[in-house]
Amino acid sequence: MVDGRGITRRRLLASTAILAISGYGSHTRARTYRGGALPWEPNDTTPPIPVRPGPWLYFTADEAAAVEAIVDRLIPPDESGPGGKDAGCAVFIDRQLAGAFGDARALYMRPPFMAGTPSQGFQSSIMPKERYRVSLAALDDYCKATFAGKSFAALAATQQDQVLTGLEKDDIKLKDGSGKDFFETILANAMEGFFADPIYGGNRDMAGWKLVGFPGARYDYRDHVGKHNQPYPLPPVSILGRSAWSVPR
Amino acid sequence: MARKLPKKDVVIIGLGWTGAIIGNELTDHGLDVVAIERGPWRDTATSFNIGYAPDELRYAVRIDLFQRPAQSTVTFRNNDSQTALPVRQFGSFIPGNGVGGAGIHWNGVTWRFNPTDFRLRSHLTERYGADFIPAELSIQDWGITYDELEPYYDRFEYLAGISGKAGNLNGVVQDGGNPFEGPRKRDYPLPPMQMTYAPTLFAEAARSLGYHPFPQPSANLSRPYTNPLGVRMGQCTYCGFCERFGCANYSKASAQTTVLPVLMRKSNFEARTECEVLKINLDASGKHATGVSYVDSSGDEWEQPGDIVLVCAFAFNNVQMLLHSRIGQPYDPSTRQGTIGRNYAYQTTSGLELFFDDKIFNPFISSGALAQVVDDFNGDAFDHSKLGFVGGAGINTGPTNGRPIQTRPTPAGTPRWGAKWKQATKQSYLRTFSLGSQGSSYAAYANHLDLDPTYKDRFGRPLMRMTFDFPDNDIRMSNYVTDRMEDIAKALKPREYVVARRTKPYSTVPYQSTHNTGGAIMGADPKTSAVNKYLQSWDVSNVFVIGASAFPQNAGYNPTGTVGALAFLAADAIITQYLKAPGPLVPA
Repeated sequence: MVDGRGITRRRLLASTAILAISGYGSHTRARTYRGGALPWEPNDTTPPIPVRPGPWLYFTADEAAAVEAIVDRLIPPDESGPGGKDAGCAVFIDRQLAGAFGDARALYMRPPFMAGTPSQGFQSSIMPKERYRVSLAALDDYCKATFAGKSFAALAATQQDQVLTGLEKDDIKLKDGSGKDFFETILANAMEGFFADPIYGGNRDMAGWKLVGFPGARYDYRDHVGKHNQPYPLPPVSILGRSAWSVPR
Repeated sequence: MARKLPKKDVVIIGLGWTGAIIGNELTDHGLDVVAIERGPWRDTATSFNIGYAPDELRYAVRIDLFQRPAQSTVTFRNNDSQTALPVRQFGSFIPGNGVGGAGIHWNGVTWRFNPTDFRLRSHLTERYGADFIPAELSIQDWGITYDELEPYYDRFEYLAGISGKAGNLNGVVQDGGNPFEGPRKRDYPLPPMQMTYAPTLFAEAARSLGYHPFPQPSANLSRPYTNPLGVRMGQCTYCGFCERFGCANYSKASAQTTVLPVLMRKSNFEARTECEVLKINLDASGKHATGVSYVDSSGDEWEQPGDIVLVCAFAFNNVQMLLHSRIGQPYDPSTRQGTIGRNYAYQTTSGLELFFDDKIFNPFISSGALAQVVDDFNGDAFDHSKLGFVGGAGINTGPTNGRPIQTRPTPAGTPRWGAKWKQATKQSYLRTFSLGSQGSSYAAYANHLDLDPTYKDRFGRPLMRMTFDFPDNDIRMSNYVTDRMEDIAKALKPREYVVARRTKPYSTVPYQSTHNTGGAIMGADPKTSAVNKYLQSWDVSNVFVIGASAFPQNAGYNPTGTVGALAFLAADAIITQYLKAPGPLVPA
């Protein structure tokens, strides 16, 4: 009994089910480990599931076009390497929204929802995948009303940058009430996609890591610790390996 | 209805660092011990598998190993005039979850606090006069001295294989160590880590200004090590996946790599995972605990009786457990009466980034605790009499990682996206490093923890409410030390640098530190402390509350070394004193 109310079995199951879904497999049932032996079980692991190419899992075709256009302005292609679109940032965001991140499953989402001070942080009841759906529709309306019927993806690059700058500076308010919120969300997600392990669908061919010189999922730098001020010689590697490891068929 | 289980000698709430250490000591003494852990079982080979451990998105950004706000969170406000709102996603601090607790994903920085830290109010009064201490501060003595704690610091450092260089052996200052530290009986078990380029340059610059740089004591091991329990650990490989990650290499000290391989093989120990303790049960007198009630993941409720209950959860979760169990008098800031929730404190940090054109730092070659530090402006190592504040900070260069989602510095004025952002990021990533100051957080009467009137957890219990802002004293302290840090930055002659000073109000959004302290503090007076010098509740003598919750205020150091020492201290007090004569170990 807690606070005079019994905890019903159903209520508890509902709450633990929330925790069960992290996007990765994990232990979710109570276990007792009686002393006497180490409770180690072989292959009791929770590896990430690699993102596969293919159709959009969450975005509509129009949404995907807008997101690809946005991430390609946030991270534009240039002589140093591909931009956000070719690096797979939109695919990354699509797969993230289709999974645990999109539903905000790990977050505290109990009411009441109230606006707070900046120090109190995120207080929205809107899950990330709803944020994208609603804000992308509002962005489309804004662009069509402002630029003679053109969607964001159809605008010239300078116009696209104008719109993104307006959202960032909170000068453009979308009709769903978002604007800056949405900009901050997609900026953070685009950067995640550009720099996360390629296993999640972005950072294609390790473009983000090559841009900066991060060697990726390497696990032993002991032979280079004392080599001060010298470039690290080996190329980046993903959790999935790298293309040079594959034998051409 | 809860089903009642057979009685145990000892019930431990939470199987992290402190629960594992005390569980091991008490089972060695023949006691029958059960640990009840809210999160999952975790083991190196399976949970921190080397095949996918270096995954920044999963572990550092989506914080997969941590407490989930959906499980439980706190509500927050800067002061009593505001309405607290829930921390819906963790930002400024990220508590742990599961076997090993926050000790899984810490960086591994392992300090001792200074002798003056333990007698803070007495010491400052003696040196500067009582009027010198700002009226907003509720700083207190710990009720224990550094000398009393020294043997327990030693035990933790040898358990964990800490790599460092003594600065003071039995009162004799040692070259290359921290000359300001308290005297230690023997050196660290392992030599310091090998230094990378950035901390090497930092140490040279600090030395050129007359300061005393030394290698930071590290739980990332400089050499292979076998600890006193016979558990073997490996050498750190400087992979740069420490904080927020489990170590796949058995080279970062944690309960998994130091204690559990021994503890789990004992027939008088049992761990129950995915089981959340709802409250400590008291008898009709309210002065004696009969055990705990918990719920397993099937929703079944259990009562676990026990003779001794050890509260070993994360700092503010310990406080929450006491409040939910109605042990002790909740602190009321308007009257300054009560003890539970009193003296919540944090850590006061600032940072500085230096940008170079001609130097390559390879930030990814790093470890959580690899650093050079100067303590010339920490604690009371320097004269405060003309400075108008108390406290201090260590200044360090400790490149913990080069993980590029979260670590990609750009110079001031760089846009956050677009072509200029991309060029600046490419140019800066390898050619930048940081200085940091980690300062004391001195308790204030206004800062406290209590139960929220509105928001509930998944069991319908009130969330804990955190009321906190940086005391003005701490902002003055941080600005002074940041000025000294800027002196070192100038001596390093970068192309340019950017200073990030600490300002009010405190925000829960940007990550700062998971060094949340206080709320169930130790002391000599039951009117102003929740537990005595042995971590024993003044109110319920068969309950001990172990962790950073016991710190009366926080020093300019990471807390884990002191938390580990307190765990050994409490275990020793239980074995050598409490079991012989159960009851209060200190007369109230």
